[in-house]
Amino acid sequence: MSDQPSERASASSTHVFLEGLKSGVWSVFFLVLVGNYLGLGALAFEFGFSFWWMAASTLLVWAAPAQVILISTLTTSALLEVALAVTLSSVRFLPMVAALLPLFNAPGVRQRDLLLPMHLTAISVWVEGMRLLPARPRGERVAFYNGLGAGLISGALIGGAIGFWLAARLPPLLAATLLFFTPMALLMSTSRNARALLDRLAFALGLVVGPIIGWLNFGLDLMWTGLIAGSIAYAVHRWREAQAARHKP
Amino acid sequence: MKLLVADIGPALALLLVGFLPNEIWRLAGLFLVRGLDEKSQVIIWVRGVATAMLAGVLAQLVLSTTGALALIPVGVRVGAAVIGFAAFLIARRSVFAGIVAGELAVMAGAYWFGV
Repeated sequence: MSDQPSERASASSTHVFLEGLKSGVWSVFFLVLVGNYLGLGALAFEFGFSFWWMAASTLLVWAAPAQVILISTLTTSALLEVALAVTLSSVRFLPMVAALLPLFNAPGVRQRDLLLPMHLTAISVWVEGMRLLPARPRGERVAFYNGLGAGLISGALIGGAIGFWLAARLPPLLAATLLFFTPMALLMSTSRNARALLDRLAFALGLVVGPIIGWLNFGLDLMWTGLIAGSIAYAVHRWREAQAARHKP
Repeated sequence: MKLLVADIGPALALLLVGFLPNEIWRLAGLFLVRGLDEKSQVIIWVRGVATAMLAGVLAQLVLSTTGALALIPVGVRVGAAVIGFAAFLIARRSVFAGIVAGELAVMAGAYWFGV
């Protein structure tokens, strides 16, 4: 008898989870993820990783920029440098998670209930979650968000698998155009997100400084590129802010 | 000193330098963040460094000298990226238009140069 209410509760949370899953699969981001991970899967094949390693990296890392860095640098760079580049590319999760957490405040929601929702948080899931969660009753939000994340991550898994499979079978020229997808997606999506002067300048400087550092052959290319180009962009940003402050009455 | 993936294997490397350094920010968000200022100077500087690093990865990928992509002349790859970016700007920052234009340009270029 006493099991009855909890059983009903779990049945309804399964229902909410499935609703979230549906929202994820029908989201416009689903196709974007399939396309983006198509290129990443091909890249993983190109760098000699296994099919299951690629799938595991999507489930565990679940951040396209971090995975681009991981796949393209792991075979050649020092592990410390790879870890540094991955962690710097993922700092954005901190403010994202901080902005998302208040939406989950509800009686009975423990911190460990939020471990899975936080792990599933990537830009696509976050954007859809911030849009859809406020319309949901507070008690349903964790289950709904988990479903949403599961739906979107499945798009990434499918895209990655197809890309890996295709890269092994396509003629070299078509494989090359598939590989070109990843830098193009990175170029466009980063440019789209770069609205402030700091981001645009850091991105443009990185494009110039990166190849120069690579040509000079210092080692730890990515780290130096980030530190030099990023710090110059930050300095210009500070200088501009100081100027703007001075011109204010 | 210089530990490489060959020393620990790809599975452990995935956990140690892929999963952990990435997940730490999600966990920090969950356990530490109470009223963190998104506009604090350290966060802004880190954002600049991270963006520049992504640009560095992008440049490495486009200019890569090994693998299937190296079949396409480097000038074609750079030109296609520029065409894709121009299409992105013309189509009011449409990611889709940029990617399609870049892909078409790289295919046309490869065909033109008889790859």
